[in-house]
Order: sequence, then structure tokens, then C-alpha cells
Amino acid sequence: MRTLKLLIRNAFRHKLRTGLTILGITIAILAFGMLRTMVNAWYAGVEASSANRLVIRNSISLVFPLPLAYKDKIRQVSGVTLVSWGNWFGGVYIEEKNFFPNFAVDPRSFLALYPEYIIPDLQRASFLNDRKGAVAGRKVAEKFGWKVGDTVTLKGTIFPGNWEFTIRAIYRGKDRSVDETQFFFHWDYLNETIKKTAARRADQAGYYIIGIANPNLAGEVSTTIDAAFKNSLAETLTETEKAFQMSFVSMTEAILIAIQLVSIVIIVIIMAVVANTMAMTARERIGEYAVFKTLGFGGWFIAGLIFGESLVISLAGTAIGIGLTFPVAAAFADYLGTYFPIFFVERQTIFMDIAAGTLVGIVAALFPTWRAVRIRIADGLRRIG
Amino acid sequence: MSESTTTCDEHGPPPDLEAQPVIVEVRNVNKAYLRGSHIIPVLQDINFDIREGEFLALMGPSGSGKSTLLNLIAGIDKVDSGTIVIGGVDITALGETELAHWRATHVGFIFQFYNLIPVLTAYENVELPLQLTGLTRAERREHVEMALSVVNLAHRMDHYPSQLSGGEQQRVAIARAVVTDPTILVADEPTGDLDRASAKEIMSLMCRLSRESGKTIIMVTHDPKAAEAAQVIRHLDKGYLNHANS
Repeated sequence: MRTLKLLIRNAFRHKLRTGLTILGITIAILAFGMLRTMVNAWYAGVEASSANRLVIRNSISLVFPLPLAYKDKIRQVSGVTLVSWGNWFGGVYIEEKNFFPNFAVDPRSFLALYPEYIIPDLQRASFLNDRKGAVAGRKVAEKFGWKVGDTVTLKGTIFPGNWEFTIRAIYRGKDRSVDETQFFFHWDYLNETIKKTAARRADQAGYYIIGIANPNLAGEVSTTIDAAFKNSLAETLTETEKAFQMSFVSMTEAILIAIQLVSIVIIVIIMAVVANTMAMTARERIGEYAVFKTLGFGGWFIAGLIFGESLVISLAGTAIGIGLTFPVAAAFADYLGTYFPIFFVERQTIFMDIAAGTLVGIVAALFPTWRAVRIRIADGLRRIG
Repeated sequence: MSESTTTCDEHGPPPDLEAQPVIVEVRNVNKAYLRGSHIIPVLQDINFDIREGEFLALMGPSGSGKSTLLNLIAGIDKVDSGTIVIGGVDITALGETELAHWRATHVGFIFQFYNLIPVLTAYENVELPLQLTGLTRAERREHVEMALSVVNLAHRMDHYPSQLSGGEQQRVAIARAVVTDPTILVADEPTGDLDRASAKEIMSLMCRLSRESGKTIIMVTHDPKAAEAAQVIRHLDKGYLNHANS
């Protein structure tokens, strides 16, 4: 208890220096936490994907559609339990800056495949019974002030025109890893409308999503499906939902690696700052350490004093940094929710913050401790006065 | 050996040293420092004894080796050759850890610049050496309060060193030195940083420890007035103990 008191009093002996060092650590931990959270947000789609779902798309590119007729053939593949399909709609609300993901989906099969979207039963029934009905995520509904029963018009970018929908349901995620910024409507509404305006594009699905009974057979099912459409006009590429999501992330992998490197560099820089503080501190206190040794305290005690002080400073900065990460992340999520729909500080990030803060404290104390423990008492005492 | 009249007589008669057992035996001690490529001899063939209850003053000009000798006796520096036996223990044969443990229980230190820990109160500074003992918190409190009352600072126990005068800080340092009831007290220029009045106060306290508590004290000093308090004065010059003056 006395030793802890000594550590804390020592740590705050030079209030300005310690304060500035703690501020530096706080900013570093905040930056580290935010960068890690950003990387996690990038991977959120990958993490939220289900092992029971496979995505089928045109093997050339996602922009090329697949015939709707494929659905019956896919359904016959052994191991497939459910087939759903949809199109990326790409509509904007009022103006282009109001971007959010919106899809035309086959509603029954889609909702069966995505139990993580929680919709009240009455709203679900209302949506299924209204061909112009739509489901909006909680966040996007809150953002634009939509309520159930509201009429919403989206301007089509891929499918031109003004598309009118009635909000029949608002979903929330079963946990916070579920994206609540999406918007879904009936694929039939899209298909029937474009039959009238661009018949050539009708009866085409942008992708299929299938449910499989056994995730261990994903490879086998994928191979069977792709083989079934080999040498057709629209060959397929079937992959797990995770791999599908990962293909988007991998396009920006270089950025992610850069962000991760920057987060490590930040920790190294702050390590140098704390090491400098501790080196100055230990140099100033060499005489005191000599007094402790004179009184019979051993090298372990001196090491404990320096490591303890270093950890008090680094963990104080870490604690404040972690405390600030939450409101800053929340503000960030509000501001950039469109680009990072799932943006929250994961527990793992907090553990990494604590580990980084502890590592900084330990590494920064190594050299000063080595010097303080090695110095001869007589030499240390000579520094006083 | 010159035995001077002391100013300690008001605290009781001096002990009959001839009747006291030898507590410190210094034999053939040599010590040199390396400065660059030069070997500078600091102590050469030092031999003397200190008896239990003796108040010894080590005097000599700067660089004569008196502080080095004190450090060797206190176990905070190592001899190059020779032996120092204190209370039957050859401290030159002890390893670092054993020596630290020995210092904690057998030596009380009083420094010129007090060397109190600035972030600890007077009470906490005095308690420091007791933390290496197996005493309970209550027992430690009893010892600390006793030591602080010996130096008349019980009422300032919650003050930090910066809130005390130089003389008061040195008295706290003396309380810290005696709180473990060590075998010997070593003092390196204990009045060197004090004004005349405070110095007198400190020397009076040292006399009390010598005469009333029977402490063995080894004190390095430049100050002839301070040295007058000692029962025995030894002179060092250029690393040699000046036996002519003994």
C-alpha cells in the first residue's frame, strides 16, 4: 500500500511533465483505438456473414446479371435448403449525398435467410402483402425520420426513374454487428416495372443467395452449382458469404494494411515519448534510488519503483484514452454512418489498448531500470547536493 | 589517537572504552579508484578498531578518503583488499543481497543533505527502513513515533520534507537512522549543510544517542566544533590513517 502511494506520488511529482506525457498517451491510445475500430468496421460485413449462406454471382463480374431461371436448377442441388435472389438497386433519397444500401429482394426467402433482421410480426406480414412495401433499417429510418406507413421515393441510378415505396417495416439487428442502414423492397416490383420500360433487363437477378444445410459442404455445393452452369451464357461463381464480403474488403487491402501500420507506429512513437520521460525521471532520482539501496532495499524494489511509475503514467493515459474512444467513436459513427454502418468499439480493441498501454509502460522503463539498478550506491549518493 | 574533551558531557559521562568490546575491526584495507587509465589510491593499509559505544570522528582534508572509509564500514562500497568485521560479521565477504540485508538491520545512515524522500511525510520517511522488517503496522507505528519523539518531531510527523527546516529534516533523518536500533550509526558531514544553531542542535542529538542510548557512532566531518563532540578523533591524510594524531 505504501509502495503504491509512493508510485502515485512519484508519478505526479512533476505535474506538467507527467500531464503532458499522459496527454500524449491519451491521444495515442485514442488514435490507436479509432484506427483499430475503423479496421474492424471495414471487416464488419465479413464478420457478420453466415457460414450457412453462399452467394452466387456471374463469374465475369458482379455487374453482370444471372437469369432468373437459374433458381429452379440451383434449388435442385443437394444440400441447398433455400434460394433467394436480389439486385443492387442503387437508389438515392432526394439527393445523391443521401446514400444508403438498397436492394430489391425476394422477400419471403430473403427474410428466411436473414433471421438477424428482427421485424415485428405485424410489420413483417404487412411488408410481405404489399408489393410496393419496403423494409428500412432502424438507423436509416431514424436518419431520414421515416415511420411505418410513410411513402418514400427513391431516384433510381441503375434503374432510372422515381420509385415510390411505402415503409411497411423497420428492422433492427439481433446484435450490434448487424447493419441497420439497409433498405429492402420486393424484387417483383422492380422486375414488373422494368418489364414495361426495359424488357431486356427483366427476369435477371444480380445475385443469388442460398441457404445450405451443412456449412462443411459449402465447397462441394459451390462446385456442383458452378459445374451446372459451366459453358452457359452466364457462368456462375459460387462462394461463401464471407468470401464474397472479403472480395470487397480485399480491394482496399492496401489501405487497411497502411492503417494497421500507422496504428503500430503511433504506439512506437508514444513508447519513445514515455521512455524519454522515464529516462529523465530515473536520472533525476538516481540519488533517491541510492538512498533506498543504502537503507537495504534491493534492486527489485528499485525496478518496481521505476516500472510502477511508468505503468501508472502509461495506464492513466490509456484509461483516459479508452474513456474518450467511446464518445469519439459514437460521434464518428453518426457522422460517417453511411460509409461505416457498423462502427463500434469492440471489446477486443479495448484489450488491445490495455495491452499497448502496458507494453509502453514496461518497455519505457527497461533502460532507466537497468541503469538505476546497476549504479553503485556511492556514485548515486554523490549525485545529491 | 587524540581524545578531546567533548561537549557531550551534559548528556552523561563518556563510556569506559577500554572495558567495551571491539565492534568494528578494520584490517589492511586498501581502496583505489580508476580515473580513465589512472589508478588513484584512496585508502592505503588502514587498520583500526572501534569499540561498542564509541563516538568516533573521522577528519581530514577533502580527498583524504574519509567518506570512502565511512562507505566501506557502512557496507555501501567494496574494499579492494583487506577485511572489515562488524559485530563478528566479515562484511567484505558478503554478496550484494546479503550486504543489503545486513545494512538494513545493522547500520543507520545520516547524510549531509538529509536524503529524505520528498514525496513521503516525516512519518513515512522514518517508517521506510522498518518496511524491510517483519513488524506489523501497529509495531511500526510504535517504533516510528518513538523515534520521532527522540528527535522532538512527533508533532511534525505529517509534514513533508519541504515543509521542514534543514535542521528539522536532519532530525527526521536521524530518526530514520535509529528507528531500526542499528549496531552502528554512520554520519557523513551531518552538520555540513546546516547553520550554526541547527548544527549545534544536531550535535546535541548525536551526543544524546551516544551517551544516553550507548550508540556506536562513526562520523565524518570537516567541522572541528562538531568533532569536539566525539570521544575519539582520527585523522586521514592522502589515504593514510594518521596514527601520530590518534
